[in-house]
Amino acid sequence: MISDKTLPSPARARASANPARPASRPLALAKALVFVACLLPLMRTAWIVLNGEAVNPIEFITRSTGTWTLVWLLATLAVTPLRRLADWNVLQRFRRMLGLFAFFYATLHFTTYVWLDQFFDWHAIVKDIAKRPFITVGFAALLLMTPLAVTSTDGWLRRLKRNWGRLHRLVYAVAVLGVTHYWWLVKKDIRQPLIYAAVLTLLLGLRLYWRARAARITAQGKPQA
Amino acid sequence: MLIKKPSDIPPSEITPEAVYLNRRSFMLGAAGLMLSGETLAALAARKSPLSTSEPLNSLKDITSYNNYYEFGTDKADPAANAGRLKTRPWSVLVDGDVAKPRRFGIEELLKFPQEERIYRLRCVEGWSMVIPWIGFPLASLLKQVEPTGKAKYVAFETLQRPAEMPGQQRRVLDWPYREGLRLDEALHPLTILAVGLYGNPLPNQNGAPIRLVVPWKYGFKSIKSIVRIRLTEQQPLTSWNLAAPDEYGFYSNVNPAVDHPRWSQASERRIGEFFKRKTLPFNGYAEQVAGLYRGMDLRRDF
Repeated sequence: MISDKTLPSPARARASANPARPASRPLALAKALVFVACLLPLMRTAWIVLNGEAVNPIEFITRSTGTWTLVWLLATLAVTPLRRLADWNVLQRFRRMLGLFAFFYATLHFTTYVWLDQFFDWHAIVKDIAKRPFITVGFAALLLMTPLAVTSTDGWLRRLKRNWGRLHRLVYAVAVLGVTHYWWLVKKDIRQPLIYAAVLTLLLGLRLYWRARAARITAQGKPQA
Repeated sequence: MLIKKPSDIPPSEITPEAVYLNRRSFMLGAAGLMLSGETLAALAARKSPLSTSEPLNSLKDITSYNNYYEFGTDKADPAANAGRLKTRPWSVLVDGDVAKPRRFGIEELLKFPQEERIYRLRCVEGWSMVIPWIGFPLASLLKQVEPTGKAKYVAFETLQRPAEMPGQQRRVLDWPYREGLRLDEALHPLTILAVGLYGNPLPNQNGAPIRLVVPWKYGFKSIKSIVRIRLTEQQPLTSWNLAAPDEYGFYSNVNPAVDHPRWSQASERRIGEFFKRKTLPFNGYAEQVAGLYRGMDLRRDF
């Protein structure tokens, strides 16, 4: 039998690293459910493609993975406002997973483009990224997401301290670039991108409003000079 | 005008297996429609040396993946929403700079000698299909109305009936949909008015009961469900050019050398194929139509 002491020290450190987060059974179950729910759109896409129901499967995969990247991004950004408005603090526990799923779908989206759509025609890909503004901003969004995904672990959270929060504010830029990417690729009917833009505006607007209010309160609280 | 035929061998006389199988499946669908009171007679059409011998796209591809904004902007919308459109009675008014303006009933139009024309269709979005249309040269119709010396262009208009075309309830485009050709383009033997595909009348989502097919231009030039054709002296206004003049020109010839401002037109995905293929100038019809544009700068007149 392996006792705790026989574990190498880093593993022991990991095992006891989270005293502040006892993984309660209902929470673990909820996390598992959210995990599966986040995979459902991908399974649906695979099912439709494998059954030959998509006339233009590569376009369909591209669209679907792109759409769900935006959905998970907005869901990630909805966590903080919902916590504040609904006083629903447990949501915080799902934010990392949602963010990582946004990155996962974005990676699938990009892989579809590079592999299935362009078939590693790097010349065409580089030209696309440089010349087509909607691809430029999409690629920029993916690049900016990458360090956020890499530093999403507890280890990086500790190591970066206050800078972790600063770095992860990049998600605002990522979301703006992502919605712009969608907006610019649409031929004429902008209803769909408009919905994403409206939700994003609301989510970022709430933050700005709270920040402005906090600043005002602080200012009022100061003694007059 | 000297019209060259394609140098390759005309399509085989044998019906490809895919066509045969698709006809069967289509007839099954048609049988279902007849139960609901519709009658669908198969169209008699002779084969044409202007057809391509490339493998056809399936009826399902052709009828479930459509751009027809009158029924919605998603490619699945036309198949879902076009059922409400009533295509009888139907007539096409042909007027403008012609000696004998008149209205053609759809029954008359169906009496023109019909041909099967298997054409490539290249969408401006970067995908393509091979479609066995049934139709007749637009030139045969125009001859009957006798264009005058003033006529330089042909303007086309789609039906506007928002109650049956739900996409028209929103101003995505400036309805009715309008398209246009130069008179010599309109008279070119490749230019047809199509009334059917895969041997049967056009499904609504493909532009029933009568549509234009101009195979060397991007698909949006091939206007659907036509109710009016007008010969004009001035170059007519066209819907996509009105919507985004820097992206869609009047000519809109398929041209791999002139990119859409937002995406490349150098290659295309043939529906059903994995690898992209290179897009050909004039969608592979250069031999027959390049002469129409001699001396023109097609980068400017895109």
